[in-house]
Parts: sequence; C-alpha cells; structure tokens
Amino acid sequence: MSHAHTDAHDPSNVTNPEHAEHHIVTPLQYVYVFVTLLVGTGITVGAAYVDMGVLNPIVALAIACFKASIVILFFMHAAYQSRLIKITIASGFFVFLVLIAMTMTDYLSRTWGLW
Amino acid sequence: MDSALTTPHTHEAHAHEHEHISLPQHRHHFETEEQQREAGSFGMWLFLLTEIMFFGGMFFAYLLYRNWYYPAFAAASNQLNVPMGATNTVILISSGFFMALGVWASEVRKKKTLVIMLLLTTIFGCAFLGVKYFEYKEKYELHHIPGNNFSIAMFVNPQNYPQYPDTYAEKPLAPDMAQKTQIFFFLYFAMTGMHALHMIIGIGLLVWLIIRAQRGDFTNGYVAPIENFGLYWHFVDIVWLFLFPLLYLINRHPLH
Repeated sequence: MSHAHTDAHDPSNVTNPEHAEHHIVTPLQYVYVFVTLLVGTGITVGAAYVDMGVLNPIVALAIACFKASIVILFFMHAAYQSRLIKITIASGFFVFLVLIAMTMTDYLSRTWGLW
Repeated sequence: MDSALTTPHTHEAHAHEHEHISLPQHRHHFETEEQQREAGSFGMWLFLLTEIMFFGGMFFAYLLYRNWYYPAFAAASNQLNVPMGATNTVILISSGFFMALGVWASEVRKKKTLVIMLLLTTIFGCAFLGVKYFEYKEKYELHHIPGNNFSIAMFVNPQNYPQYPDTYAEKPLAPDMAQKTQIFFFLYFAMTGMHALHMIIGIGLLVWLIIRAQRGDFTNGYVAPIENFGLYWHFVDIVWLFLFPLLYLINRHPLH
C-alpha cells in the first residue's frame, strides 16, 4: 500500500518499466537488411518488364512497402523501440492511409462515370 | 515495506538509488538518460510523420492525375531512364546502409569507424545527386521541363525518335492528351526535386556531424544526434523507395 506514492512519482521506471531496453543492432543484421533491399530492388525492376496487366503497379507497390517496412523496423530501429514510439509510428501511417482513402473516394465519386 | 516507510520518496532519493553515469549532454529536465533519449526519438518520429503527410500530398496528386490522364502518364513515365533510376536506388540503399553502420559505430564508441561511415554516407548521397543531375539535364535537352519551352513532340510523334526505344514503341498521343504529359513532368520535378532538396539538407547536416564526430562528440555515449539524423536519412531513402517504382516502373505495360 505504501507504494502508491512511489508509483505516482517514478521517473526511473523502477516499478513499471516502460522504456524499451536499449538495443544495439549489429553490423551483421544491417548486412542482411542491405542484401534484402538490393534483392528487392532487383525483383522490382525485373517485375516491371513482365506483363502482369493490372497487377504490375500492385506488385511494385507491395515490394516497395515490404522494403520500407524492413528499413523502418531495422535501419530505423522501430522493432526495438518502446510501445509508445511503435504505436506513434503505426498511428501516423494509419492516419495517412485514411487521408488518402477518403480524398480518393471524394474525387472518384464526384466524376463517377464521366471519365 | 520498511524501506518504503523510512526512505523519503523524493526525486533526490531516487536519483541516488538509480544514478547513471552523469554525462555533460544529459539535460537536467530529464530524469534519466533513457528518458532523454526516448523523448528525442519520439520527437524525431513526430517530425517524420509530418514529412510523410507532406510527401503524401504529392503522392496523392500523382495517384489522382495518373487515373485521370492515364495514357499521358504512361507515355511520359516510359520516357524516364530506368537504368539511371535503378542505379540511384542502389546508391541510396548503400548510403542508408553506411548510415546504419555509423549509428552502430557511435554506439560502440569507434570514432574512426564512425567518421568513415559518415563520409561514405555523404559520398553516396552526392553520387545520387550526380546521377539526378544527368537525368534532369536530359529532360532539359528534350524540352520536358514544364513551362513555355515544354514540347509534346516526343508524345505526338514518337516514330521520329528511334534513338529512344521506349518512346519509339509508344502509340502516338492526340495533342490534347499529350499536353497532359506536362502534368506528369510537373509532378516528377516536384517530387524528385523535393526529395533532392531533403538530400541536400541532409548532406549539409552530415558535414556538420562529421566535423563533430571527428572531435569525438558522438563516441562518448552521446549517440542521439547520430541516431536521429539516421532516422531522417532513412526516411529520405523510404521516399525514394516509393518514387522509383511509381514514377519509373509501373507504366512499362500500360493497359489499353
């Protein structure tokens, strides 16, 4: 019971550690990410010259999203950050997608059938 | 229980119990080093999210106009130089890789390695801008810079350009649709130009970081400036990872 006061002022996070353990990503992990990114670039250029119809832009964007994800997770250390930072990043991207989707819905529905 | 009752719960008591090595860069308004570091990362991420919204507006404009003027966008996009774009992607990924190694070198306090990694990051960043210069130069020579001197000749008469195989293979566009290629090039210059501006700012910051790293500022446990600059540099990489497929690649097999 006497800890109630301690919990209210606990800047060092002794009772409830919320800060992520400080983590140093090793050079070998960076090499894996680097090679994956190079392979991804090769695949995306190769895929552009294969006729997949409507799938071409979708495949290109899927590869770009995958590459961006591993850059964010490992080069930018998001995978090792606290929950506060992880959820901030995720909510930022979510808001971005909402803005794109709603604006696009507006533009496309206004000119529906007129193009 | 006993200790909780006898120890006064003051800041000083806690600071004493969990004291870390006191470094000059540790600001007094942060209770711990970790708190200071996390607050810095958090602020940097918030800034980068505003940057996503900023570039997002241009990405959205590209998406919309590509839907509206699809034939013009396909023809104009196929005039871009894929080998140069792919080379630049590899150059930028390499630059990001060296930046990541720089953060590692700063963490493990290797001053010489840190300086070398930052120099390599800068060199690859400059190489990217060099390739971009030749791409812009080609657009200038072909009158593909929007404005008074913009020319639709390549798009209404592609058969006159056998030296550009991708253009030569295109179907000619009607003059009114061909005019819309100007919107593509406007967005191309706006997006790649803003990206290049971010890189120029980044290279300026890198020079400053190299000078300070050489002085030993970032190999004494003070990693935050290197880490947060790394976040910025990787963000600029990510923007290019989307620009390259969207501008250069996705129209190689246009739907008819």
